[in-house]
Amino acid sequence: MTTATDFTLAELLICACADVWAEEGEILATGIGIIPRIAQGLAKLTHSPGLMITDGEAYLVEEPVAIGAKNHEGRSYGGWMPYARVFDSLWHGRRHALVGPVQVDRWGQANISCIGEFSKPKRQMLGLRGFPGNSINHANSFFVPNHGPRVFVEKEVDLVCSVGYRKERWPAGVNSDYMSIHHIVTDLCVMDFGGPDHAIRVISLHPGVTFEQVQAATGFPLLQAPDIRETAHPTAEQLAIIRKLDPRDVRSKQLKDNPPGMRRAA
Amino acid sequence: MKIDKQKSAAEVVASLKSGMTIGIGGWGPRRKPMALVREILRSDLKDLTIVGYGGTDMGMLCAAGKVRKLIYGFVSLDFIPLEPFFRKAREAGTIEAMELDEGLLHWGLRAAAMRLPFLPTRSGLATDQIAKVNPDLRMVTSPYDDGEVLLAMPAIKLDVALLHVHKADRLGNTRLYSPDPFFDEQMARAADRCIVSCEELVDRIDSDEADARFNPYERSLVTAVVLTRGGAHPTSHVPGYGWDAAHLKRYCAAAEEDNGWANYCAEFLGGDEAAYQKAVGGLDAITSLPRQVF
Repeated sequence: MTTATDFTLAELLICACADVWAEEGEILATGIGIIPRIAQGLAKLTHSPGLMITDGEAYLVEEPVAIGAKNHEGRSYGGWMPYARVFDSLWHGRRHALVGPVQVDRWGQANISCIGEFSKPKRQMLGLRGFPGNSINHANSFFVPNHGPRVFVEKEVDLVCSVGYRKERWPAGVNSDYMSIHHIVTDLCVMDFGGPDHAIRVISLHPGVTFEQVQAATGFPLLQAPDIRETAHPTAEQLAIIRKLDPRDVRSKQLKDNPPGMRRAA
Repeated sequence: MKIDKQKSAAEVVASLKSGMTIGIGGWGPRRKPMALVREILRSDLKDLTIVGYGGTDMGMLCAAGKVRKLIYGFVSLDFIPLEPFFRKAREAGTIEAMELDEGLLHWGLRAAAMRLPFLPTRSGLATDQIAKVNPDLRMVTSPYDDGEVLLAMPAIKLDVALLHVHKADRLGNTRLYSPDPFFDEQMARAADRCIVSCEELVDRIDSDEADARFNPYERSLVTAVVLTRGGAHPTSHVPGYGWDAAHLKRYCAAAEEDNGWANYCAEFLGGDEAAYQKAVGGLDAITSLPRQVF
C-alpha cells in the first residue's frame, strides 16, 4: 500500500467519506450526492465488503455501479430495495446514511427544509425529506463540501430536520438509543461527536489546514481531539478504485476549481 | 352484470369535486398519472388537498391555483432537486403545507389503509416536525411496560387516489412492472375511490403465475380504469419510457419567466391530450424517450 502524493481534494474527501462506514458490517450504506456515492462504493470495495448499496434506483448491487454510466449494460443485481423496503430497513436500524445538510448546529441537528419561518419561508429548500425518521432510527454522518459559518451556525438551525444531542429537544419517554451521528466530513477537516456531552471535535485536518482556520469557519466553539492528526492521504489502491467508480471524472466538478489535495497553509 | 370500469379521463375528472383530498401515486418525476393531472388542470376544480411524493403533479396544480393544501414527503424532480412552482407557492405563502418526513407520509397512508386513527412511530420526534411544521401532530405513550413515548401519525384519508400502471383490464385488474411500486398500494387502500390510468387496456387479463405477481393491488380497490398511452409524460414510466428531461427543463424555466405558467399552458395545455402529445413531439417520441441511468 503506497500513499499517493498527487491527488485532488475531492479524492481526499471521497476517502475520508468512505471511512464513515468502516466497521459497520452488513448494513445499507446510502451516500447522497456524487462524492458520498463514490465513497460508499470505495468503502465496499476496500474495508467493508459487507455493505449493501443500491444501483441508485431500486436494486442492490455487489459491484458498485459507475457514476455517469450511459446505459444499464453489464449490471447485475443481488437483491431488491424499493423505497418501501428502504423504510422497513431504516426503521429496523440497519443503515448508515451520509447526507448533505445545509445547516448544522453544535448539537448535530441539521436542516435541509427551509430558511426563515416555516409558514412563509425566505427560501424553500428540499423539505424534511427522510431526515426525521433516518436520524432517530439509525446512524448518520454528514458531508459538507463548503465548511463555513453559514453551514455551521452559531445558534440552532432554522428548522431541526434531523435529531441531535440537544437534551431539551427530547421529550421525556422518547427513545434516543438508536440515534447516533458518527462523523462530519468537510472540505477542511473530519469531526466527530466525541467531546463531553457529545460536543463536536476535530479529529483530523486536511493537508495544509490549521485548527484555527476551521474554528474561524465555524459558528460555535470546537474541540480538538487529543490525537488530532492530518487526514490520511489516499493510497494508490484507493485512487485506482475511485477512477474505476468514476471513469468520467465527475468528481472533478464537485468542488469549485477542483483544488489539489495538498493545499498550502493559509 | 358484467363489470366494466373503463372511463375516459374527462369522465373521471367530471366526477371529482372542489375541496377534495386527492392522493397522486408515483414519486417525484416517476410514474405520475399526468394525463389525469392535465385533465384536472383543464377543469374548474379548486381548493384541492393534494397528497403524495410530489413532482410535476404538485407543481403544476400549484401553478394553476388548484391547491389549497399540500401533504407531501417532498416535491422534487430528482435531477432538478426542488420543483420550482412548488417553491414559488411556498415562498409566496399561498398554500397550506403539511410537510412530512417521507416515512411519516407512508405511515399516515397506511393508517388510513388499515382504517386506523393513527399509527405510532419514532419518526419526527425530537425535531421540528411537530414544534414548527405540524403542531397538530400528537404523541402517544405505549400502554405496555416500556412506556415509550411515540408520535401518533394520524391517518391520511383520501377521497380519491390517482395512479398509473402498465396494463389494466375492464374489471380493474392491473399490472405494474416498474423497478419500484412506490406507495401506490397504500394510496389505493387509503382512498374511497381509486382511478387508475394505464398504458394498455384489455378486456380481461389472463396471465401466468409469474406475471400475476406484478399485480400491485387487488381489483376491488379499483373504481375506474382510463387508457392513457404515454400518460405519464413528462414523468417516466419504466419499463417503457424515461422522463423528458428537455421538457422538464422547459417547464422549470417557465417558473422563472413573467407569465411563465400562462405561456406553458398556451403552448402545451390549450387543447386535449392528443393536442398535448402533438405539442411535445407525438406519442412515438414520448414512448421512445430513453430510460434514465442512475
